Amino acid sequence: MELFELTLHELRELLEQKQASSTEITTSVLNRIDHVDKELKAFITINDAAALAQAAQIDARAEYPGITGVPYALKDIFCTRGLRTTCSSRILENFVPVYDAHVVQKLNKANSVLVGKLNMDEFAMGSATENSAFFPTHNPWDLQRVPGGSSGGSAAAVAACEVPFTLGTDTGGSIRQPASFCGIVGLKPTYGRVSRWGVIAFASSLDQVGAFTRDVEDCALVMNIIAGHDPMDSTSVKVEVPDYTSFLNRDVKGLKIAYPREYFDEGVDSEIKAAVLRALKQYESMGAIVEEISLPHSKYALPAYYLVAPAEASANLARFDGVRYGYRDFQAENVVDMFSNSRAVGFGDEVKRRIMIGTYALSSGYYDAYYLKALKVRRLIYQDFETVFKKFDIIVSPTTPTTAFKLGEVSDPLTLYMNDILTVPVNMAGLPGISIPCGFHAGLPLGMQIIGRAFDEGTIIQAAHAFEQQNDYHTMRPALGVK
Amino acid sequence: MSRDYEIVIGLEVHAELKTATKIFCSCSTAFGAEPNTQVCPVCSGFPGMLPVLNKKVVELAIRTGIALNSQIAEYCCFDRKNYFYPDSPKAYQISQYALPICFKGYLDIDVDGKKKRIGITRAHMEEDAGKLVHQGDITTTPFSLVDLNRCGVPLLEIVSEPDMRSAQEARAYMEKLRSILLFAGVSDCKMQEGSLRCDANVSVRPFNQSGFGTRTEIKNLNSFRALEKAIEYEAQRQMDMLEDGEKVIQETRTWDEEKQVTKSMRSKEEAHDYRYFPEPDLTPIKIEPAWVEEMRQDMPELPDQAQARLTHDMGLSDYDAALLTLTPGNMAFFDECVSQYGDAKTVANWMMGELYRLLNQENIEIEECLIKPAHLAAMLKLIDDGTISGKIAKTVFEDMFSSGKTPDAIVKEKGLIQVSDEAALIPIIDEIISANPKVVEDYRNGKEKAAGFFVGQVMKATRGKANPAIVNELLKEKLGREN
Repeated sequence: MELFELTLHELRELLEQKQASSTEITTSVLNRIDHVDKELKAFITINDAAALAQAAQIDARAEYPGITGVPYALKDIFCTRGLRTTCSSRILENFVPVYDAHVVQKLNKANSVLVGKLNMDEFAMGSATENSAFFPTHNPWDLQRVPGGSSGGSAAAVAACEVPFTLGTDTGGSIRQPASFCGIVGLKPTYGRVSRWGVIAFASSLDQVGAFTRDVEDCALVMNIIAGHDPMDSTSVKVEVPDYTSFLNRDVKGLKIAYPREYFDEGVDSEIKAAVLRALKQYESMGAIVEEISLPHSKYALPAYYLVAPAEASANLARFDGVRYGYRDFQAENVVDMFSNSRAVGFGDEVKRRIMIGTYALSSGYYDAYYLKALKVRRLIYQDFETVFKKFDIIVSPTTPTTAFKLGEVSDPLTLYMNDILTVPVNMAGLPGISIPCGFHAGLPLGMQIIGRAFDEGTIIQAAHAFEQQNDYHTMRPALGVK
Repeated sequence: MSRDYEIVIGLEVHAELKTATKIFCSCSTAFGAEPNTQVCPVCSGFPGMLPVLNKKVVELAIRTGIALNSQIAEYCCFDRKNYFYPDSPKAYQISQYALPICFKGYLDIDVDGKKKRIGITRAHMEEDAGKLVHQGDITTTPFSLVDLNRCGVPLLEIVSEPDMRSAQEARAYMEKLRSILLFAGVSDCKMQEGSLRCDANVSVRPFNQSGFGTRTEIKNLNSFRALEKAIEYEAQRQMDMLEDGEKVIQETRTWDEEKQVTKSMRSKEEAHDYRYFPEPDLTPIKIEPAWVEEMRQDMPELPDQAQARLTHDMGLSDYDAALLTLTPGNMAFFDECVSQYGDAKTVANWMMGELYRLLNQENIEIEECLIKPAHLAAMLKLIDDGTISGKIAKTVFEDMFSSGKTPDAIVKEKGLIQVSDEAALIPIIDEIISANPKVVEDYRNGKEKAAGFFVGQVMKATRGKANPAIVNELLKEKLGREN
């Protein structure tokens, strides 16, 4: 085994026992990136010199508490002080923040080593990472296929063993869907669990920061670092943060699991449905109680989402005007042309489409019919979940209706939006959800989604870990880079 | 012509709230700093930055609501008001739309002795925008500079009902509102620095018409005078149009101070669609009634209470009381002076006469004045005990005003002590009598004016220091004796 192939908890052990140094691990990871990323294209920026310098400093202290010395990478939506942060957009191509996002500060404090910034759909708008202004990222299981999105770079990098863990953001499925496509673990915590401060906003009431890891134990370790109230983010909630590792290795006897019939309908590939139903059987055999339930309003989640998210985005993205930072058209003859040319060139098609949808939905005369109605639907979706969670501990479903599709295969935006149909309701309700690998079909990973009560990521981790202990999907690695 | 029409006016007033730091970040709100030195990533709209509400803003808004007899919301929210303009770096203003913090209030005005109650629809919190500096006119400027120091300074927008029926009433409302805000200690209300700004909605209608006429909104009213003049001009313009059979167009107009006219800025068709929606970066504000009650108990004296005290308890006229309670500075000066001197009427006369004359002449506020209440009180005592005459007192007062010295020092320094000593006055009187036999004869022939001539001569000879009462007495005695 090479160092780059090890999980976060395995690396921790090596560091603690002084069997490997942070420099050795970081070097191994950087070499791996150098070796495979020409094909994978997960990274936008590689922070090699600073990473090695940081690793050397850590090694000089020779103390490795927590996740000290372990490398990681960030979706390029997290602001990093002195390191360019592009959001995969032309308009921020040369933007260098003067601040670190709150979670980056936490990881810095934990002495984790930042090796680079990862590709994504521009401003997190997309489900395939094909909307990056720079280049698409490939799926490590099949380079002809997409890694999912919008956090496609974050998922591909972890799946391809370029780095043991990454952070992403999830607005409508942007962590769980790529985790599913890439066969890894991706957790979207409860809205308000992790600070959004310093994370470039797409849809502020839906965006949430989460982690990509190769197994559930790593997920718990990263959550221990990033979760918690931040006074700088008014929407982050002051609730106690448990030690997430305490939910590992617990059984699921008596755990009440619901599976919503609407999430297993004809739109979902039969192989995926079969894999998740198999998993439910396994849970039953482990002593859990499994029952079918209904989430009747989930079918309205996608259309409501495509009003709320673009509406908020239309306001959030209006600040990108080329004046204070970012791309500016210097040829323009007057200020109005400067604004519009900078935005015309700086934003990609999908971003423009969503700005237009959002602007329209908020316009005078349309607000009540669109935005307000979407907010009401959102309430109903939440109530659906609330009702189920009175009786059940978790809800299990497929993460995506399909496995990873081919690059360029889906060009119609509506078809692409449909890929989020099983993940979007969770964001609309603000609940936590994880995707874990639950099988393979035709060489491609299948993902299972576990949804929990608000701020009960612990039970999700417990159930996910219990399943992982009974299976070996999480140990499967793509053949990428193997000579 | 105007006798046939009624003018209907409603005012929207923006008051900067007196906080040390901005509404959503910790930048200073101090006025007059070098451009762009009081900015940070939050108030200049950098990516990923989030607002955190300054609690002091809520407190000052509630105090204002109490002072304006308003209801205070137990639950209110912020909304985003979208508009793209270079003075607004986020391209939206965080404001309150659907649920303002204060609503249903009123204040009472007094125009020519007639009292009237003006309704206040609402008052809501919002952030101020930056300032654009053009080279000359906005339409011809080769470039414009942006100063973001003011960006994020807390504002309270106070919206009146359309209850005013004349420019004088509008001015009275504005003056009353200003003194209330000053007494409540919530705003500096410096119109010239822009910490108190006003827009006026004006319409006219025939007296027999029940519905309102089409209104225009006048912006850029930077003084009480401008407010009054602009409304007078605009109402006349609208009446002239109606008389000519034209229709008033709903539009935004601006007051041209130089030409003393209102000019069209944009029509209703060009009006902004602000696309308001709930601000997702801030949670709703819950206001505990107990907190409001605590503040209500803690409110300082307000202008109406102060006026009642001056008229009822001190016997001053309504007119005097209104002037003395215009600002807390005037009020404090008066109260302090009365507490040291005793007679309110005398203090009021000196303040309304000499003090206000000099303040107006120098165009300064009472707080900047070098005369302290104790100085005025001491001077009044000097008159009472005969040390100086009332006439000399005016000279002393002017000296106090320009030098800031105490009246005792001035009197001593300039030798202004009143001469009441008969032994010192008799030789002077004798000399004047013997030098003016003609006038003595006139006097004895019954010309009363002649007495005035002698008093004037004695005053001239003593440089005004002679005690006029004693001079009169001595003269009567001398002229009579020789009779």
